Amino acid sequence: MELTYPKEAQDFAEQIRAFVRAELPAAIKQKVLFHKRISRDEQVFWQRKLVEHGYATPGWSKEHGGPGWDALQRHVYDDVMSEEAAPPAIPFGESMIAPVLFAVGTPEQKAHYLPKIRTLEYFFCQGFSEPGAGSDLASLKTRAIDKGDHWEVNGQKTWTSLAQYANMIFCLVRTDTEAKLQEGITMLVFPMDLPGITVRPIITIDGGHSVNETFFDNVKVPKFGQIGEPNKGWTYAKLLLGHERTSIARIGQSKRELRHLKALASEQESDGTPLMEQQAFREKVAALEIELAALEITALRIISTAGKGHSPGVEANLLKIKGSEIQQRLTEMMLEAVGPYGLPFDTNKGLGETNLPPIGPEEAASLGPNYLMTRVVSIYGGSNEIQRNIIAKSLGL
Amino acid sequence: MEFTLTDTQQMLQDTARRLVRDRYGFEQRKAVVASALGYSAELWKEYAELGLLGLELDEDHGGSGGSFEDLAVVVEAFGRGLVVEPFLSTVVLGAGLVTRAGSAAQKDAILPKVAAGEMKLALATGEPKARYSLERIETGAKRDGDGYLLNGHKAVVLGADSADLIIASARTAKGVSLFLVPRDAKGVDVRTYPNMDDRRAAEVTFDNVRVGADALLGPEDGALLHLEAAMDRGAAAICCEALGTMTVLNELTLDYLKTRTQFGRPIGKFQVLQHRMADMVIAEQQARSMVQLAAEHANLDDAKRRAQAISAAKVQVGQSAQIVGRGAIQLHGGIGLTIEFVAGHYFRRLTAMEMMFGDQAYHLKRFAA
Ligand SMILES: Cc1cc2nc3c(=O)[nH]c(=O)nc-3n(C[C@H](O)[C@H](O)[C@H](O)COP(=O)(O)OP(=O)(O)OC[C@H]3O[C@@H](n4cnc5c(N)ncnc54)[C@H](O)[C@@H]3O)c2cc1C
Repeated sequence: MELTYPKEAQDFAEQIRAFVRAELPAAIKQKVLFHKRISRDEQVFWQRKLVEHGYATPGWSKEHGGPGWDALQRHVYDDVMSEEAAPPAIPFGESMIAPVLFAVGTPEQKAHYLPKIRTLEYFFCQGFSEPGAGSDLASLKTRAIDKGDHWEVNGQKTWTSLAQYANMIFCLVRTDTEAKLQEGITMLVFPMDLPGITVRPIITIDGGHSVNETFFDNVKVPKFGQIGEPNKGWTYAKLLLGHERTSIARIGQSKRELRHLKALASEQESDGTPLMEQQAFREKVAALEIELAALEITALRIISTAGKGHSPGVEANLLKIKGSEIQQRLTEMMLEAVGPYGLPFDTNKGLGETNLPPIGPEEAASLGPNYLMTRVVSIYGGSNEIQRNIIAKSLGL
Repeated sequence: MEFTLTDTQQMLQDTARRLVRDRYGFEQRKAVVASALGYSAELWKEYAELGLLGLELDEDHGGSGGSFEDLAVVVEAFGRGLVVEPFLSTVVLGAGLVTRAGSAAQKDAILPKVAAGEMKLALATGEPKARYSLERIETGAKRDGDGYLLNGHKAVVLGADSADLIIASARTAKGVSLFLVPRDAKGVDVRTYPNMDDRRAAEVTFDNVRVGADALLGPEDGALLHLEAAMDRGAAAICCEALGTMTVLNELTLDYLKTRTQFGRPIGKFQVLQHRMADMVIAEQQARSMVQLAAEHANLDDAKRRAQAISAAKVQVGQSAQIVGRGAIQLHGGIGLTIEFVAGHYFRRLTAMEMMFGDQAYHLKRFAA
């Protein structure tokens, strides 16, 4: 099912599509299509291309060096980028810390951080969660003490995605132990190579390494890295998480995966006919396609009211819940599509790190790991239970 | 239906559970999986000594003449510990087929060795384009003098790596036949890899593999019925195993709900999590019932009734496995996804079982047919 955009939006889409087709190396595109990991170098390479052609940081206004697009253009951009299998942008810098800087950063901070975020010279990671502070983020314990010209930080963060690639981190730290939990938190930004920072890998059940534990032992964070006012970090974090949730819906990506699923199921035979032609399977795909179309229209509807000055509230929670459920369903169906070839679990192969010929269909190797890891989308960025709690609360329940 | 364990079954359950508890801890298992062999030769010997490998075999063949229900108790316990030894491939599939279809000479040559832990088997039926079908195969066996010449590619063959003998299905002049192929025969290539559940499987290719007339297992052109019976045994066994796996996973999750605190209370105090846990327990109970049905029907000669029962079980257990597996990960939060924590391994096992011996769609269609 294809939705049609207004004429200008269509032209805009074609312009982006032409750019990606001309500039995105086939090898990187293939990795995205087959759920393989994009290396740091590839990510930076692609970011530089985006910068060069004026397509980087799509959510930024002109004032901050972005393209200043409206919400519909942003949607179209995400849609085409995903459709063409461009590497998804790393959200931590451009979509998470940058909006906080726009809101409360000093002119010096903006001048220093934003250009480097834009080029990915500053590769950020997010230091929020701790072993004891997951859904209950406000209970975080990592401690920072005011030492005049710097904050001294001690404690531990966990689940730090891509900390092994990052050279910068933004953190929530406890700066007042007497105040209410939410009122004693400060947001800090600092380099990952400061003395006293240790990063340890966490290997996940797909065999991959994307998350880490990050330890701070008397780390001296210069005051320049303090964002906004001390003890106001919670307010800034909420701003940031709103952005995280909207991006986790990944509608464009799901549209691409749906096409991928159909192609895959057309190649797979079942009882002598393509799986895609089997009634039961076809109907399951159709049900998913309908749900995805509804989600996309919902997103467009939200965008159109946002343009009229209505500020998005629980819509972000809605998009996150539905978007994540659809992503999970897609991985389930893709795994089903390859049948017994979903079993081989040569984890290196799944993540694209060996040169042996594939076992079974080329794409099969990544589908098991992808299914397993996609369970995370209903856990991170605020679990779906937490999202539903928020919606219920907004309903006055 | 018999809802209580016999004395023998009670004893077997105690034995197998004790073994799993004492010998299959998280670290112990990790070492076994990482070893060159991919399973424990030492444990295999112990299974033999405890009589687990010959449980179902005749006394004449070194077994103890037990039933599939007896075996089911052991397999369920193995599921509790995520056991990786090639028990399914050797005992459930291989020995089951030889018992059913083998000549007296073949039984004498193979079964006592299986019972003694001296021979392992694998069943090679799947092919790149066969999906879960037993018939849609391209591997061929051509008459060649007094023997046969095998050519073809077998996909995701469970336990091929450790097997001494591979039982392969192949197309013959008028149907499908089974052949006993020594793993080290000339022209046999075995490319081994771990499956998602840490058991090993392989792509097996036959390149002009020559076998004698005595390699034919069961009637020429008429192996399909035997093969179907073997796959039903496999499906029944994987259901038993999954039941053990989901029972432990539910225990783990329940325990986690009581101990993990967020917002100043155990997360098990949140009603939405309570309800999900309740659904997971219901799913386990539904699976338990159908596992019993499957175990009772696994060796039935009436192929139609057997197929109905086994397919019904595979659908229900598959559904339960998804409810329990996905639920467990969600309720654990991030920790459920790390390799150093036990829950994720149970989830992987439950995910893998769906793709073995026919998935829900396959069995739903077979049941409804
Ligand atoms: C792969 C991965 C990448 C991540 N990347 C990052 C990162 O880069 N930076 C970062 O800071 N964090 C990151 N996270 C952490 C992520 O945000 C947390 O996992 C998430 O907040 C949930 O916390 P938790 O895992 O501790 O689960 P818990 O909070 O312990 O939750 C366990 C279960 O309890 C439920 N629950 C908790 N409270 C309630 C409630 N009040 N009502 C109902 N149900 C409730 C949850 O929904 C869940 O089902 C990542 C996590 C993963 C797994």
